[in-house]
Amino acid sequence: MNKTLTISPSPHIAQGDSVQKIMYKVIFALSPALIWSFIVFGLPAIFVTATSVLTCLIAEWLIQKFLLRTTPSIKDGSAILTGILLAMNVPGNIPLWIVIIGALVSIGIGKMAFGGLGQNVFNPALTGRVFLLISFPVQMTTWPNVTKTVVDATTEATPLNIIKEGLKNGKPLTELTNQIPDYTDLFFGNLSGSLGEISTILLLLGFGYMLIRKVISWHIPVTVLGTIFVFTGVLWLANPDRFMDPVFHILTGGAMLGAIFMATDMVTSPMTKKGQIIFSIGIGVITVCIRTWGAYPEGISFAILIMNAFTPLINNYIKPKRFGEKQNGKA
Amino acid sequence: MLKTFKYGGVHPAENKLSAGKAIEQLPLPKKAAVLVSQHIGAPSKVVVAKGDTVKVGQVIAQSAGFVSTNIHAPVSGKVLKIDTVTDNSGYKKEAVVINVDGDEWLDEIDRSDTLETSINLDAKEITDKILQSGIVGLGGATFPTHVKLMPPSGMKANILLINGVECEPFLTSDHRLMLEKGEEILMGTQLLMKALKVKKAVIGIERNKPDAIKHLSKLATKHEGISVCPLKVKYPQGGEKQLIKAVTGREVPSGALPISVGAVVNNVGTAFAVYEAVMKNKPLFERIVTVTGKNIEKPSNFRVRIGTPVNELIEAAGGLPEDTARIISGGPMMGKAIPTTDVPVTKGTSGILIISEEAGHRKPVENCIRCGRCVQVCPMGLEPYLLMTLSENKKWGKAETEKVMDCIECGSCSYTCPANRPLLDYIRYGKTSVGQIIRSRK
Ligand code: SF4
Ligand code: SF4
Repeated sequence: MNKTLTISPSPHIAQGDSVQKIMYKVIFALSPALIWSFIVFGLPAIFVTATSVLTCLIAEWLIQKFLLRTTPSIKDGSAILTGILLAMNVPGNIPLWIVIIGALVSIGIGKMAFGGLGQNVFNPALTGRVFLLISFPVQMTTWPNVTKTVVDATTEATPLNIIKEGLKNGKPLTELTNQIPDYTDLFFGNLSGSLGEISTILLLLGFGYMLIRKVISWHIPVTVLGTIFVFTGVLWLANPDRFMDPVFHILTGGAMLGAIFMATDMVTSPMTKKGQIIFSIGIGVITVCIRTWGAYPEGISFAILIMNAFTPLINNYIKPKRFGEKQNGKA
Repeated sequence: MLKTFKYGGVHPAENKLSAGKAIEQLPLPKKAAVLVSQHIGAPSKVVVAKGDTVKVGQVIAQSAGFVSTNIHAPVSGKVLKIDTVTDNSGYKKEAVVINVDGDEWLDEIDRSDTLETSINLDAKEITDKILQSGIVGLGGATFPTHVKLMPPSGMKANILLINGVECEPFLTSDHRLMLEKGEEILMGTQLLMKALKVKKAVIGIERNKPDAIKHLSKLATKHEGISVCPLKVKYPQGGEKQLIKAVTGREVPSGALPISVGAVVNNVGTAFAVYEAVMKNKPLFERIVTVTGKNIEKPSNFRVRIGTPVNELIEAAGGLPEDTARIISGGPMMGKAIPTTDVPVTKGTSGILIISEEAGHRKPVENCIRCGRCVQVCPMGLEPYLLMTLSENKKWGKAETEKVMDCIECGSCSYTCPANRPLLDYIRYGKTSVGQIIRSRK
């Protein structure tokens, strides 16, 4: 017998999942909502998405090749995913040069500055988005007008904007609710907003797919949305004249997109289920605070980034239950 | 709801290719190399010399301490030499090499198949017989069985668990034994109960072996105190602590032995060996070995004499496939890749698994994407990604407080990691280093 045998320590088999497969599953899960945004917003949305994805890919490749001098790993799909998520977080009619800046910030500052995939503290797409929101507030909050799947040239405020501005100007809530689309439209995606913020049902479809394929678990999305629902519900019950009802809050803005696709980013969310729940409650609470009392109508991006910053801390203090750990003095 | 252990666990493809194959006797080898260290604890002391003639069942190496055991001649013939041979891990270890001549057994061994059912020995005598007969845990851990039967003072067992889980993919030796030697296993269980002075024994079997569950449940009705507990399929349910948790709900504290929660676990193969030793006077010199792999011609279960070179088992199963990349002694999750097919079968060899070229290579390691899957699957509630980083950076103090020593080396973490990170490799390194530090403190 003179065959060479490989000697390596156990285990000798692997489940066969890979980082690449995970990324492509998430992209697949995003596609229904993305395609819907193409239908609603038309060609400009396709340009925005293509620009964002391409910029992310090129930026990652260049940085890995020439700055970090490592083997470029753009095939793992993570840069494509960041590109799509960024695109889904901007208005469909935003100038492309702004998209390029956002993508460069996402990859360059949000990801590579920390050392690449897995090392970053903040969600890269959200880093890009928030940078744009602060730098180009006008363009980032000017939305194409959508009237029952037909886009016209004038711009329209998002439902959250209408409520926020209206309340600030002292209008009664009853008058404002007439100006926003009804909830069936919110659910099926006939409203104005960023590309990926508009169709609740398609985002939920993606969530279902990711649950079945075990890409993510229910903990983060359900807890984030649940927290928003309960918190806004309490406010609404306390004073229905001043606060919108909880259904409105989870159906509008980036709540769904954020809870399902942004907060669940593996790299920037906690490791344990317990940690994930704390993280998610934090996101929910901060989102509602910003929406209700803050300067911006929408707060989930900020909320996720803030909780991203707490993730290392959560990982440090929230440990899984050790086997055989003593509990209440007895084993 | 079927019982199982609570945290973590994975579901590797079962691949029980040889489950339907009855146990066959493997022809005797021409030469048997019997290692003197086949168990956990002190290597046994050789008591034969070159040129001696030995009979099957004769003691050739004696127990060298409390945690040690006897080793018996698995074949008859002349001692060719006492020399070193390569063992599973690739190291040269002392062994008694016997040139096989005929098959002459010691007269006192009962070679008949009649089932003996009357137990005439007391607890002490049974334990003694087990020690004399060289019985060790046959699930793979090879811990001397008599030690488990003598709890430290102040501790007492109240339940005996018989491990028929066989959660490692591919392996079927325990499964076959349960089907073919059910009565004997139950008698062995009774002997162990008597030795431990416990009234209750539970045989844990995963439900992917419904025939074994049915068979043993039926037989168990005739044995007072013994029952069968069907378990959900989940790796590593065969781990001692996991099995105790699954069946009794008790959790063995970190760093403690199963006896601290009143439980003792023995494998079904061990129970069978105990029956043979006590009732048939037959010491442990053969065992059931599964020879398997996707490209193997005839996946089989063989009854093999200890000391038989692995290549004879592979030949009997149809020969080594062309594209073999790795040969594993044991199962794919916890087994050892062996360096050559010349290594001899030992008491701990539960299977020989042939892995082909394409399945045999590890994929390139990528960055940790912090997906938390390793944390989710760890049956001990550890954080493998963290333990790996701590080991890489030699942060031993922190590794200790993060419970690196609790790792049971089940491999679930490495198995599941999408970034192909060699988590367990580093954790083992961490365990060795932290273990040394802990010992040096004493
Ligand atoms: S399974 Fe692998 S990639 Fe995921 S957290 Fe653990 S080490 Fe990191
Ligand atoms: S850390 Fe140890 S016990 Fe936990 S999954 Fe990995 S090998 Fe198993």
